[in-house]
Order: sequence, then structure tokens, then C-alpha cells
Amino acid sequence: MREFTYQRAASIADLSPDATIIAGGTNLLDLMKLEVMAPPVLVDITHLDLGGVEPEGEGLRIGALVRNSDLAAHPVIRRDYPVLSRALLAGASGQLRNMATTGGNLMQRTRCPYFYDRRMACNKRDPGAGCAAIGGVTRNHAILGASDHCIATYPGDMAVALRALDAVVEIDGPAPRKVPLSDFHLLPGNTPHVETVLEPGEIITAVILPAPPGGQHRYRKVRDRASYAFALVSVAAVIGTEDGRISHAALAFGGVAAKPWRDPDVEALLKGSEPSDALFREAAEILLRPARGWGEHQFKIPLLRRALIATLRDATGMETAA
Amino acid sequence: MQITLHLNGATHDLDLDPRTTLLDALRHHLGMTGTKKGCDHGQCGACTVLMDGRRINACLTLACMAQDARITTIEGLGSPDRLSPLQQQFLDHDGFQCGYCTPGQICSATAMLEEIEAGWPSHVSENLDGPFELSHAEIAERMSGNLCRCAAYANIVAAIRQAAGTTGWREDAA
Repeated sequence: MREFTYQRAASIADLSPDATIIAGGTNLLDLMKLEVMAPPVLVDITHLDLGGVEPEGEGLRIGALVRNSDLAAHPVIRRDYPVLSRALLAGASGQLRNMATTGGNLMQRTRCPYFYDRRMACNKRDPGAGCAAIGGVTRNHAILGASDHCIATYPGDMAVALRALDAVVEIDGPAPRKVPLSDFHLLPGNTPHVETVLEPGEIITAVILPAPPGGQHRYRKVRDRASYAFALVSVAAVIGTEDGRISHAALAFGGVAAKPWRDPDVEALLKGSEPSDALFREAAEILLRPARGWGEHQFKIPLLRRALIATLRDATGMETAA
Repeated sequence: MQITLHLNGATHDLDLDPRTTLLDALRHHLGMTGTKKGCDHGQCGACTVLMDGRRINACLTLACMAQDARITTIEGLGSPDRLSPLQQQFLDHDGFQCGYCTPGQICSATAMLEEIEAGWPSHVSENLDGPFELSHAEIAERMSGNLCRCAAYANIVAAIRQAAGTTGWREDAA
């Protein structure tokens, strides 16, 4: 690990643009040990007043420092936003969920092995160096929204559920602002090292959830082992039905792109339609129309198709959860 | 930098490089070698300790960020002449082979049983509001952050189930 100056922030005003924020540290410290990241100044924000889950309008305001385990077990999250509890519980381990924070979880880096190995070319770690993953061994890589410069995925589960819930990220800094989660993470294009819209000197202070959407909530995660593994693909679904037709459909997908993926055409097809296998197959076809397999991980295309269809069958009562 | 750690009921003042993890502070600077270093990347759970009663990975925690917390290691849970219920059950059920992951397993299980008592659901819980059975599936899921390369899992699960019975955990209480 490279040397750094440790600072403890007493207020948000203390944060300087050249400081790297640490809270749970579960990803950042690991990357610092590998010297993939080498921040000269580390500012510890765990003593700032950024906790708490409080009502905001008809929804909820989740403080950036709320730990994953507390959020998953929070009674209002369990009751009104169960897809979020399920996504959190599907991620990491009991120990890591006790450490990881809401804000930090949104900022976690990809688990592309070429990003972690400093001997390998990586445009995310070293802009312009090339991408050794393309043409290399691929498994946890992207099938949607990738580019010739980067095929890494955003690895988390929490943000996938937040995307299906239309969450908004509250940001403090020189000009406080609120950014819909849909706009928070960026696709790689030719600047894969720029992963979010967060600017130097800005900090996530909260995540805001709109009014509870009701309906059936599902989080289906497919991974290489039964627990404590990142998603190969995941589906967060909030599905409402009325009079035998789908009245509400919010579907977000994890493990397949540099951001939690959502496709309005898929949801438009489902809304107002009667649930059927033919409908769900068509939804999957629309979702995967732009999909591209860049290597061995193209198995994710049929995997995501099946995961979507299974989730929709489950959420509409056509089949009980496996 | 000057760091104060509150460990197993005692207070220690240390002069450490800011890069020092809680795990290295425990093992190298305080001589508390019960806590083990396995992967040093948060993947194996051998370094699990309790921070204000909650299980965490000491390898992914900077010592300087742990100063305000009460840290409990395996040495603080029990001693050879006064074993904790889980320590006793790991012995009775032979819940290990080489023993390297055992301190982390026991620290993790200690907090895990409290999480169940507090009504925390898991990935395999059918209902987010319980009741949570202390089934093999629940224990395996809740303990998935602790790997055992000897694969003593069968006896680890048995030890945890037995210890839950002796610490007042009841299936109908969850």
C-alpha cells in the first residue's frame, strides 16, 4: 500500500477536492492494498452525521452512511421496498454488509480481473492503455452498453434494486444537487475511467426513494456459487397486476453493464398486457436486442433471457420461486 | 500516528503507520495472534472480529478508523478455563481440522446468532419478517463469509446449532 495522509472529517465543509473519501472501506482498502488505487489523502467520513432512514415526502431518505445490514433489516424497507432488502441480502457476506455503506456501495469499482491486475492493460485504471479483457478470459463482463474500450460491469446488487425503485442520489458539494440513479453511473464509451457523475469535492449524502410502488418485489441473482459471489446476472423486479393485466413493471438488471441496466421498451411492452410465456419471451427479446457477447461471457445472453422470464413468471404468479 | 484501541476491555495506545490494518495492529503490535490472516482481502473471514458487537473483517479495517469502537477478538470471547458456549461446542463437535479459520468462525457465529435474535433476515429466509429457522440452509448462508479449506462445515454447522440451543436461542423466539 502506498503512503497516504489520514484525515478525519468533522464536517462536509472539510472535504477537499483532492481527498479520497473512505467510509466502509471494503472495496477501497482492498484496491489500495493492490495499489490499483493510491490516494495521497484519505478522508474518513464515518464521524459525519450522514446516517438514518427517515420519511421524506411519501418516500424515504436513506443516509449515505447507513450500513447495508441495517438497511436490509430496516422494518420499513422490508415492508415497503422488499426488493431492496432482497438485493442487499444477496450481496457480499454478513461481515461486509456490516461495514459497507449506502453511499460507498454506489461508488464501488468493477471486479473485472484485468482492472485488479496491474500488469494487465486497462483503460479504466490507465486511460489509453487498452483493454486486456477484450480477447482475454471473460466471465463477469458486460453484454450491454459496453464499448471497444471497456467491457467491465458495475458489480453491486443494491443499486440494481434502487434503479428499479427510481431512487435519486442526493449530492452535496459546491453546488448541492439531486441526480436520478439512472443518470448517476456512466457507460464506458471512450472514457471508462469516468464511472459516475460525481465531481471532485462532491459527496453522496443520501439516497432518496419515492413513494412505495406496491406490487410484487423480486430480486433474482444468478452466480457461480450459492452465496458470497458477485452476480453473473441479476434481475430486480417490481410488478403490479390489476384485473389480470400488468399495471406496473419496473425491471433493472445487474452484472450485465457498467451501470444497473433498465430498458423502457421492455416495460412498455409489459404494461397493460396479460402475463403469458409468449409476452415474457418477447420482453426478453427486446431487452437483449442490443446485447453483444465479447468473449466467453456471451453465455450471459441466454442466461439473462431465462432469468428475466423466470422472474416475470414468479412475480405474476405463474410459477412459485425456485 | 497515535492510535488508541479498546480491545477486550482494555485500552492500548499505539504509534502506528496510518496504513496499518486493524488485523495487523492486533497481531503484530499487540501480540493478539488469535485473529488470523488468511487472504487479507476480505474474502475468507479468518480475520473476523467484533466491533461494537458486530462482526467485521479486520483486514479491511484501518486501525486508525477503529479507535472509537469496542473491539472483541477470540481472546475476549472466552479462555481455555472459561470457554464461551460456541468455543465449547466447536470442541465437542470437532468443528475444525487445522483450526486456522476457527477463531474467525467462532467470532462470526457469535454475532450471527445475535443477528438472528435481533430478527435480521437472510438471503435464504422465505419471509423477510421471519420466523427464521436455524436450518442448515440458514446457517450456511449466514456463515458464507467464513471459508474453511479443510471443509469442516458439517461439524461447524452442528456446533453452531448446539450452541444456539445453549445460549437461549429458541426456534419459536425468532
